Amino acid sequence: MASIEITLNGARRTTEAPPTTTLLDWLRTEGLTGAKEGCAEGDCGACTVVIEAGASRRPINACLCVLGQVHGRAIRTIEGLGRDHPAVRAMAEGGATQCGFCTPGIVMAAWAWTRTGGDPHAALAGNLCRCTGYRPILEAMAAMRDDGGSAPGYAAAPSRFGSFHLPATLEEAVVLRAARPGAMLLAGGTDLGLRFSEDREHPEETVCLLHVREMQGVKTGAAGQRIGAAAPYAEWLEACREDARFTPLVPYLERLGSRQIRSLGTVGGNLGTASPIGDALPVLLALDAVVECTSPRGTRRVPVEEFLLGYRRNALAADELIVAVELPAPPPGALLAAEKLSRRHDQDISAVSLVACIEFAGGTTSRARLALGGMAARAMRAHEAEVVLVGRALDDAAAREAGEALRFAPMDDHRGTAAYRMEAARGLLRRLALRHARPDLPATIHA
Amino acid sequence: MNTAIVGHALRHDSALLHASGGARFLDDLPEPAGTWHAALALSPVAHGRLLGLDLPEGVRAILPADIPGENDIAPIGQGEVLLVENLIEHHGQPLALLVAPTRDAALRAAAATRAHIEALPPILSIEAALEAGTFLVLPQIIAEGDVEAALAAAPHRLAGEFRAGGQEHFYLEGQIALAIPGEEDEMLVHSSTQHPTEVQHVVSRVLGVPFHRVTVQCRRLGGGFGGKESNASSVAAAAALAARVTGRPVKLRLPRRSDMAATGKRHPFLYRWQAGFDEMGRLLALDAILAADGGHSLDMSGGVVFRALTHALNCYGAPALRISACAVKTNHVSNTAFRGFGGPQGALLMEDVLHQAAAQLGHDVEALRLRNLADRTPYGQALEPALTRRVLAEAKADAEWDRRRADAASFNATHPTLRRGVGAFCCAFGIAFGIPHLNQAGALVHVYTDGSIRLAHGGTEMGQGLFIKVAQVVAEVFGVPVETVGLAPTSTAEIPNTSATAASTGSDLNGWAAHAAAVAVRDRMAEVAARHFGCPPEGLRFEEGHILPPGGNAGMRFGELAKLCWRERVSLSATGFYRTPDIHWDAERMRGEPFFYFAYGAAVAEVLLDTLTGEHRCLSAHLVQDCGRSLNPAIDLGQIEGAFVQGLGWLTSEELWWDHEGRQRTLGPSTYKIPGSRDVPPVLRARLLEGSEARDGALFRSKAVGEPPLLLATAVVNALRDATAVASLDLPATPERVHAALRHR
Repeated sequence: MASIEITLNGARRTTEAPPTTTLLDWLRTEGLTGAKEGCAEGDCGACTVVIEAGASRRPINACLCVLGQVHGRAIRTIEGLGRDHPAVRAMAEGGATQCGFCTPGIVMAAWAWTRTGGDPHAALAGNLCRCTGYRPILEAMAAMRDDGGSAPGYAAAPSRFGSFHLPATLEEAVVLRAARPGAMLLAGGTDLGLRFSEDREHPEETVCLLHVREMQGVKTGAAGQRIGAAAPYAEWLEACREDARFTPLVPYLERLGSRQIRSLGTVGGNLGTASPIGDALPVLLALDAVVECTSPRGTRRVPVEEFLLGYRRNALAADELIVAVELPAPPPGALLAAEKLSRRHDQDISAVSLVACIEFAGGTTSRARLALGGMAARAMRAHEAEVVLVGRALDDAAAREAGEALRFAPMDDHRGTAAYRMEAARGLLRRLALRHARPDLPATIHA
Repeated sequence: MNTAIVGHALRHDSALLHASGGARFLDDLPEPAGTWHAALALSPVAHGRLLGLDLPEGVRAILPADIPGENDIAPIGQGEVLLVENLIEHHGQPLALLVAPTRDAALRAAAATRAHIEALPPILSIEAALEAGTFLVLPQIIAEGDVEAALAAAPHRLAGEFRAGGQEHFYLEGQIALAIPGEEDEMLVHSSTQHPTEVQHVVSRVLGVPFHRVTVQCRRLGGGFGGKESNASSVAAAAALAARVTGRPVKLRLPRRSDMAATGKRHPFLYRWQAGFDEMGRLLALDAILAADGGHSLDMSGGVVFRALTHALNCYGAPALRISACAVKTNHVSNTAFRGFGGPQGALLMEDVLHQAAAQLGHDVEALRLRNLADRTPYGQALEPALTRRVLAEAKADAEWDRRRADAASFNATHPTLRRGVGAFCCAFGIAFGIPHLNQAGALVHVYTDGSIRLAHGGTEMGQGLFIKVAQVVAEVFGVPVETVGLAPTSTAEIPNTSATAASTGSDLNGWAAHAAAVAVRDRMAEVAARHFGCPPEGLRFEEGHILPPGGNAGMRFGELAKLCWRERVSLSATGFYRTPDIHWDAERMRGEPFFYFAYGAAVAEVLLDTLTGEHRCLSAHLVQDCGRSLNPAIDLGQIEGAFVQGLGWLTSEELWWDHEGRQRTLGPSTYKIPGSRDVPPVLRARLLEGSEARDGALFRSKAVGEPPLLLATAVVNALRDATAVASLDLPATPERVHAALRHR
């Protein structure tokens, strides 16, 4: 049986540990105890380590990630920075530690951020500190600079480790899938990973799709985007940043999990788990995305609205794999907007999400597509409300009427009562109209 | 008073270890050979009779019958079981302990354990418990004057009712203990605890051995906040029980979900009040009930109720009043200490009263605040209203109160959906344990012959900077650099019979005890030096690592003197002891002076609110906290900011949610939302009150800081009242609650 190969803090390592051992457990049994388990659900960030690939640095939650997923990758942990690293010094000297339990994870998130840049809050969205109130952490980060280092990336070939399969091509993956309909299909593992991290399961068979060539990357073309099923959210977000047609999605996608989650989680996974609160799904619905599925019987292209069947149910057959999603660009002149309501701005699951694509003709709405998450057993279009908007100006009155036309029976749970979700969805529709009508004003508290 | 080390902004002694990953928390310690792991099987229901358990094969299951001592983990009362024998009283209550060679195996066994339960109807709200009359702490009443007559005679009579939710501690390091059996009945317990002595007592009780058989040790906690005061004991007792039964070292580290289900939280409160006011908005009479949800067992609810009661008037007063506080019994997890210990809940009362009075009588709430300041508490302890006025005025000046209010008003006049609001708050927080006999501490100081010093005291380091502060005190006494002082883990073997590190008293108590120990050693050393130099000991100075005789400059190094003391056979080791003077309480009359002093603080906060969704965020906060003459301004600033943000979470975003059957559904950070970095106001200006000095007898004239600034987050609620124009808000003020309040105003 092949060994898992990892470049750990710059040194090549092989391990015979079970491939479904979490990276965090493995690091800690190897004596690298800087990364901590704070929650085992990818939310607190105390386990943050960084995947290095050349000049790129992607923070991940070591608790959610299993060894098989990082085969061939270069991992850096807090021990790989050392006591004299400027980022470590900045935190220590800036009074940015109190109990210190979250600190190694925060240093690693910050160290990755010194390379990627951007909003420091976005860099910290996946890290919780219960002691400091964050102010000294943000100040320490402001004093940090990129150390200029780079690391060898990805070298080892995909392989098989016992019952953990890491196919390199779609052909191999399809054969594996067809032969093992009971196997766990694993991509980023930000949802399924909980079965390893919290439930301490070791599935009998796992087919990990991260290396499948045909599932990689986000390709932008005239029609829109083709998002590989194994492309992490981070790559999708990057593609949206670089394409003006999709930039309205950027603030919304920046609230999908944290940087750690977006480094691992995939659009394919969001479709695969078909959660009613998967934040990618309303985007796909509002733009009439098409899901490409493949099996030994051939390839079929399923409109996303037909793909999502119900609560965590989708149209994927037992022998099928999601290969990619085709996401059409909004037509020129259309308003693409995405609203997310959650208890906390960052790293929180939506109570309600709304993605709208509205086309205009001569100042009135000619076509409206409204998709909502958190309002039903699955992410859904609001067809009745769409009809209300057509043929009139997109103003507060139209938004209110559309809100009255929402036909949903939302969930009633810890993220919000059904009544609040309805009211809030109406509020998000009005906010959409406000964005359109008054671009001079801030539309949200975070604008 | 000039100090060389005390009062300096030294950083946390472990800062570099924290940041480099080198700080060892309990789970990072190398495990002794043969260590097994334990996991708890928890109740899936809130209330019921346990009829039996289906236990998985191949692991060691530990049940109540395996307990050699008592099945009782109560910190104060008695009869709080470690493992359910018959009656299940909350969702997440431990039913069995599963022990296996690996943690995974233990956790899987716990998950596979099936309980046969005859379900009983649970009591899940304070209202239902009040109706049923199930009390854990009977109403405690502070009264003055004839409140009925005063209410009847008041020109304006108001009434209100509101609620404040609980709060999960969410220490980043979950509960954990490692128990290592020794010879005979000995047990060494490494515990992440704020109260090693209580862990010692509870482990002893469960194992049925004398206290001297049990040693409890703790170097550092990854956060405590009160959640590892009594709650650490049951985890440690379970580990020790498993170690006793198996004869092996056993580690018990609770997964986050179990931790959040099985351990207590901040007490939720229900408030009902009636008040009488005059035309000017002066409070004439107040009749209030504060009912805490104690959960299923007593734990420390008595103390929490006491502090809520003694802080219910905050810094305000009324000529006639009756304040009644109690804790009811419900089928929730047993609530426990949480930073502020009922004080923050108590202080919410007067904010509701004053804001409703302002709204209904047409006054500015800030005018009512000043008009109702008191110079003594309803139980007879003196307050310093001048200091309250000063911190409030300084916070308002820092925040540019008038300009900020005007800016908010003009913003609100132009924006169709967003609203800004500005609010203030001030408070007086009493410092000392509410139970007088807990206000004692011990310390042990050794000086070695190389001049290095080892410091042990009974306080625990949970990130609050206690160790560096106490080390500063000892370094100050000896006139040596603080690095000379080596910090020992907290251990019941070195310092016996300690109190919890709690109630903000860590530095006051342990600092004084260490001071006493250091002075005892220094005095002996001075005698030796005096003989050596041929001068009186009083004339010697201990400075910068040297001992200097009067006049001359031919001193000797501290280490040289230590060696000389050894050669002269003088002891270089001493214990120190401290008890807080002057405090007393008459429980019959409900009068006394239970606090050594008060810490004063004030805050101004500004919020921005979206009326479409109820979402809001804090835009700015200006905080002024009275720390007296701070022992370490850098550490204190960190406490102020951190406490404020923790209070912000409690009051605005952190919501514990139970389903209709009483199952807690917020069992991890994915569902329970503590503040993240973006939730901290972009303008956060916290500072220590300048030129302040604590009373005579306070440690270097400093004041405690751990809990008081948590209350300052109440200013954010007041800003939300301003932004919504709703005087009374149920808390936490989540977007949903704020949205509902807007609709119903």
